[in-house]
Amino acid sequence: MNSLQNYLLLSSLLFSIGLAGALIRRNAILVLIGIELMLNAANLNLIAFWRFGPNPAALTGVLFAIFSISIAAAEAAVGLGIILAAYRHSRTTDLDQMNSLKG
Amino acid sequence: MNVVFLILAAISVIGTAAAMSLRNAVHCVLALTVGLTGIAALYLQLGAQFVGFTQIMVYVGAVAILAVFAIMMTHQPESSKPPTFSSFWVWGSIVAASVFSILAWAVHSSSASRQPPYPLPDATVQQIGDALMHRFVLPLEIMGLLLTAALIGAVVIAMDRKEGIK
Repeated sequence: MNSLQNYLLLSSLLFSIGLAGALIRRNAILVLIGIELMLNAANLNLIAFWRFGPNPAALTGVLFAIFSISIAAAEAAVGLGIILAAYRHSRTTDLDQMNSLKG
Repeated sequence: MNVVFLILAAISVIGTAAAMSLRNAVHCVLALTVGLTGIAALYLQLGAQFVGFTQIMVYVGAVAILAVFAIMMTHQPESSKPPTFSSFWVWGSIVAASVFSILAWAVHSSSASRQPPYPLPDATVQQIGDALMHRFVLPLEIMGLLLTAALIGAVVIAMDRKEGIK
């Protein structure tokens, strides 16, 4: 059986991949996807701690992960809406060209 | 460390890494669905069936489709495509690699992360529903409010006001 360590290492690797994507991609949609990946790594941590924790019958980790997934879905919808509005304004999703707050 | 865990971990890591490094944005989202399915299978392996299927429905089903729609609505001609990575991609990679090394060092040096699991508890849908209706009823209501606000907010933000389309 796996120990908690493997899951924590995997989730930190996924978090770093998401962080790298959010930092270095130029397409705004893929930056948002990188943030979603970081949220997923946190969810994997929550589930792993629930499974290996001392009181798994309380289901706290599972419910926390479910709430976290709902918040991530809401965040994705609002974020993509903002990207669409910004694209309609500046005709680009390239973050290096989005350099003015005032239109 | 068993074989199933290794295979699922490889699927999720390769899928997410491809999603963050491919050039075509639609290919990135397709690779992302592979990686997220791997993570959902890891949830199933940990005994959290409901979370695994929620992950597949919400992420692979809804978020990926939403991202594909956004990519197609903001499509740019092939000739004017900017480079895939930002101009400071070296620094971004260094930051991500150092974050991973610090996290891996912390996990590795912690004694708490080596304990064996307790016997698998039941996490049936009925128990999750009971918990949602008793202990977690206030977070559930707040979540409903948040989702409603996010739904209305996303529609209002993405609405095209110039043409008067409501």
